[in-house]
Amino acid sequence: MRRRLEPYLWLLFSGGGVVAALTLPVLVLLFGVLMPLGVVAWPSAAHLRALVDAPLVRGAVVVALTLCLFHAAHRIRFTSEELLGLRRWDALVAVLCYGAAVAGGVTAITLLF
Amino acid sequence: MTTARPPGHEEARPYVRPRDRWWFARRRSLAVFVLRELTSVLVAWTVAYLLLLLGAVADGTTERFAALAARPWMVALNVLALAATAFHAVTFLNLAPKATVVRLDGWRVPAWMIQGGNHTAWLAVSALLAYLVLRSS
Amino acid sequence: MAAETIRLDVARYRPEEDAEPVLQSYEVPLRPDWAVLDGLAHIKDHLDGTLSFRWSCRMGICGSCGMDVDGEPRLTCGTFLAEYGAGPVRIEPLKGFPVIRDLVVDIDGFLAKLSSVRPWLVREGEEPPLTAEYAQTPAQLDAYKQYSMCINCMLCYSACPVYVLDPDFLGPAAIALAQRYNLDSRDMDDRFDVLNLEEAVWGCTFVGDCTRVCPKHVDPAEAIQRYKVTAALRSVLPWSGR
Repeated sequence: MRRRLEPYLWLLFSGGGVVAALTLPVLVLLFGVLMPLGVVAWPSAAHLRALVDAPLVRGAVVVALTLCLFHAAHRIRFTSEELLGLRRWDALVAVLCYGAAVAGGVTAITLLF
Repeated sequence: MTTARPPGHEEARPYVRPRDRWWFARRRSLAVFVLRELTSVLVAWTVAYLLLLLGAVADGTTERFAALAARPWMVALNVLALAATAFHAVTFLNLAPKATVVRLDGWRVPAWMIQGGNHTAWLAVSALLAYLVLRSS
Repeated sequence: MAAETIRLDVARYRPEEDAEPVLQSYEVPLRPDWAVLDGLAHIKDHLDGTLSFRWSCRMGICGSCGMDVDGEPRLTCGTFLAEYGAGPVRIEPLKGFPVIRDLVVDIDGFLAKLSSVRPWLVREGEEPPLTAEYAQTPAQLDAYKQYSMCINCMLCYSACPVYVLDPDFLGPAAIALAQRYNLDSRDMDDRFDVLNLEEAVWGCTFVGDCTRVCPKHVDPAEAIQRYKVTAALRSVLPWSGR
C-alpha cells in the first residue's frame, strides 16, 4: 500500500464542502445581504465580540474557515485545469491553490488569537 | 512505386481530435457541472468577507465595515455569493449519498433519506447560527 | 406513395485521403422500428459499401456499436431514428478516442486500462479442485451485481470530460469494474495501489455524465465516489479494511 497525498486533500475538500454548505449561506445572507440592506439591524460590536470570545469558538471558527478554503482551493485547482487546459501545470496550480488556503487559515489565526 | 493496400491495411494514421476549448458548452449537464465547480470561487470570497468582518470586530472598526458592506457593488457581490453558496449547498448535500452507501441490516438506505437528512441538518445549523447572531440585538 | 426518409450526416474519415473527418449525408428510409444502426446498415448495404462501423449483437449486450449520435454517446442499436423527428441525425465516432476509420475508434488504450485493474477474481494460496464452488448469499451478490452489468461499450469514457481532456485518466468503466471485484466476497485482491492515484479515482471531479449515459445503469460515478471514501479511510486508518 503506497501512501499518496491526494486522499488527504480530498478529505479536506469534502470536510470543507460540508462546512461550507451548512454554514456559509446563512452567514452571507445575514452579514452580506440583510444587514447591509437594513432588513436586519447590525448586532452591536460588543455582541459580535462576545460571539467569538470563547477560545473553543475561536478555534472552531479558524478550523471551519480553513476547511472552506481548502474546499474552494481543491475545486479551483481542478476547474481551472479543466477550463484552461492547465493539466500539465498541475503541481504549480496545486501549490498556488492550497498555498492560498493555508495563507487564509494563518490570517484567521492571527485575527482571532 | 507503392502497391495499394486493401482498406483497413493502409498505414495506420488515427485521427486525434484537438482539445475542445468549449467542451463545457456542449451539453447542459456539463454547463451545470462547471457552474457547480465555480461556486468555489464565491465560497472563497465569502470566507474572505467573513475574515474582513472578524478583523473589523477585532480592531473595533465594525462601523467602517458596515459602511463598506453597504456599498451597492458589495451588496451585489454578496447576493451573487449567496446564490453560489446556496447552489453549492444544494448540489453538495444532494451528491453525498453517492459516496456514502448506508446499509442497515442489508437494506440500503435510499438516497432521498440521506439527502433529506442532510437538508434538515443544513436548516438546523442555519437556524442555530441565525439565532446566535441575532438573539440580543 | 413516396416512402418517408431521414437524412443521416455521417462522419467519414479515410486516412488515405482525409486529413480530418468530414460529414457525408445519406438519405435512408425512416421506419418506426429502425435504430440508428439499421440506418447505417442500410447505407453500407445499398448506398455506400465503403462506410466502416462496428456492430455485433444488435441487442444492447455486446457493447460494440457505441457512437456519438447528435452529440450524445449512445448505443446505436438501441437508439431509434424516430427519436430525431425529421432529422437530420449527426453520427460521429465516440469522442475521446483516436479514430481509425469512419466510425471505428481505437480501443487499445481502454483495453490496457481495463486489464490494469485486474478485473477478474483473484484467489491466493489455494489449488481448488475443478469442482469447487464458491457459494454466495443473495446479499453478497447484491453488493457488486450492479457493477457487473458493464458491457465495456465505452460510452462513459466518451461522456467524461476528465477522460476526454486527459486520456491518461483511468476512467469510469475500469474503476467501476475494479469495484465490482473489490466488493465481491470471493475476491482476495487489493487494487488500492492502482486506484489510489491522481490518474485514477482522484482525477474524477464527479461530473456524473458517465452514469447518465450508461445504457446498463451501472452508475460508475457512484463506484468512483465510493472508492474515494474507501481509499481515504484506508489512508487515514491503516488498519481499516476495504
